[in-house]
Amino acid sequence: MIRFSHVVKEYPRTGLALNDVTFRVNKGEFAFLTGPSGAGKSTILRLVIVEETPTAGEVRVSGSLTSGLPRAEIPRLRRRIGVVFQDFRLLEDRTAEENVAFALEVTGAPREGIPARVSRLLTQVGLASKGTSYPKELSGGEQQRVAIARALVNDPVLLVADEPTGNLDDRATRGVFQLLRDINAAGTAVLMATHNLDLVKRNTYRVIEVNRGQLVFDSAEGDGGAATVTSSTPT
Amino acid sequence: MRLTLREVMLGMRRSPLLSTLSVVTIAFSLFAFGLFGLLVLNVDRALRGVEEHVEIVAFLADGTLPESISAAMGDISAFPEVARVDQVSPEQALARARAELPEFQDVFDASFLPPSLEIRLKEGHRDPGTVKDVTQRIQTYPFVDDVRYGEDWVKKLYDIRNIAGAAGIALGLLFAAVAVIIIGTTIRMTVLARSREISIMRLVGATDGFVRLPFLIDGFLKGLVGGLLALLLTWGANWLISHNLIQTFFFDPGIAFLGVLGGGIIGLLGSALSVGRHLRRV
Repeated sequence: MIRFSHVVKEYPRTGLALNDVTFRVNKGEFAFLTGPSGAGKSTILRLVIVEETPTAGEVRVSGSLTSGLPRAEIPRLRRRIGVVFQDFRLLEDRTAEENVAFALEVTGAPREGIPARVSRLLTQVGLASKGTSYPKELSGGEQQRVAIARALVNDPVLLVADEPTGNLDDRATRGVFQLLRDINAAGTAVLMATHNLDLVKRNTYRVIEVNRGQLVFDSAEGDGGAATVTSSTPT
Repeated sequence: MRLTLREVMLGMRRSPLLSTLSVVTIAFSLFAFGLFGLLVLNVDRALRGVEEHVEIVAFLADGTLPESISAAMGDISAFPEVARVDQVSPEQALARARAELPEFQDVFDASFLPPSLEIRLKEGHRDPGTVKDVTQRIQTYPFVDDVRYGEDWVKKLYDIRNIAGAAGIALGLLFAAVAVIIIGTTIRMTVLARSREISIMRLVGATDGFVRLPFLIDGFLKGLVGGLLALLLTWGANWLISHNLIQTFFFDPGIAFLGVLGGGIIGLLGSALSVGRHLRRV
């Protein structure tokens, strides 16, 4: 699903962000991506969603090599990836329904099927009754659920979540995380960057830890599992 | 397309102040360009008016046979540069002189004035070189005593026209460049104001073309409206000048239409550049 081979990412102004990072996330797998701020987590996610391409090495997502991918092909690849952010990134002047529908509309989905699909997705994330609410009328957890519903519109094979619970209280965190688990249980691979060590430790999912641009731990290759994560600093 | 138009309308409704500012900026940039165009148009018309007075006068020897004059008139009329040839008898010359010059008021005998031919040239053939060339050909007729065309005057007129033309092109390009920069910057503000939306569209897999199209339509429409406003303002300024200062000419409908369309195209190009640059960066 995701394959990083000796990936190096260097920015002209800030220098080396990733150095020789190699890992792989398989189809249907759930993996946490942890590490302190500035460790390279966001760079990895940006490489996965093809907002960036590696300076050296190879990134393959859903079978596509991202370097040299024709610009016209990038949207097609992104439609196979759902993305969720800490700050939700919803359009404030559109209702929950419209935010979800927007993602379908921009990808040219047939108009007739959109309302039913939006309704089904909002039901799936537990917001069937909040479809006509604007983001500012929703709690943080609810906004993140709308963002997740939007990320699922194209039935992605991979869901990339960048600190999806970073702005949420414990209760909302549990709800959103459960939703991500359900999505994974239905067959979608999930790569979730997080600072929340409690969440990581309470679960037995795979943990990939980066620090200073290098992969320092991968529970799929080590012997420990989530309990061996040491250097992440919760914020 | 319906979705694109909806996005265009939403964009305008969402930021009415910015949309209004864009249209007004485009309108005033094009208004400045329009005023300059009006100035160029009127100077050009005035110079053309003066240029129409360029004529060659061939003074004929006394006793030239009427048949020779007629034949020469036929020949000269056939020159490709010549618009018309008129014969002026000594009596006609005296009548004109009496009408125009006070010192001729007491002169009644026209016999001392030579008969002449007045030759007017076609538009596009009134430059000093052509006038001189035609003059030299006319001088070859044996019964032509002298040929005059106001050499210095024609040369000065042409110098003024050339300077006005060059200044017009240089200033016009400068005005156009300033208009494009101002309009481009205004449209860029619109693009930046919607950069969050653009990034979301791209994240969910919208193609660059899909992201770009509403902005292009938006830029084109704002450019058209700005162009129309500029045309109205220019027309108003022209009306004020015509009614209070001097009679001026306004653009003909074709040019006015092209000006408005130009506004639309500048808006379209400004949008294309701004969105293109933004898309390359995100």
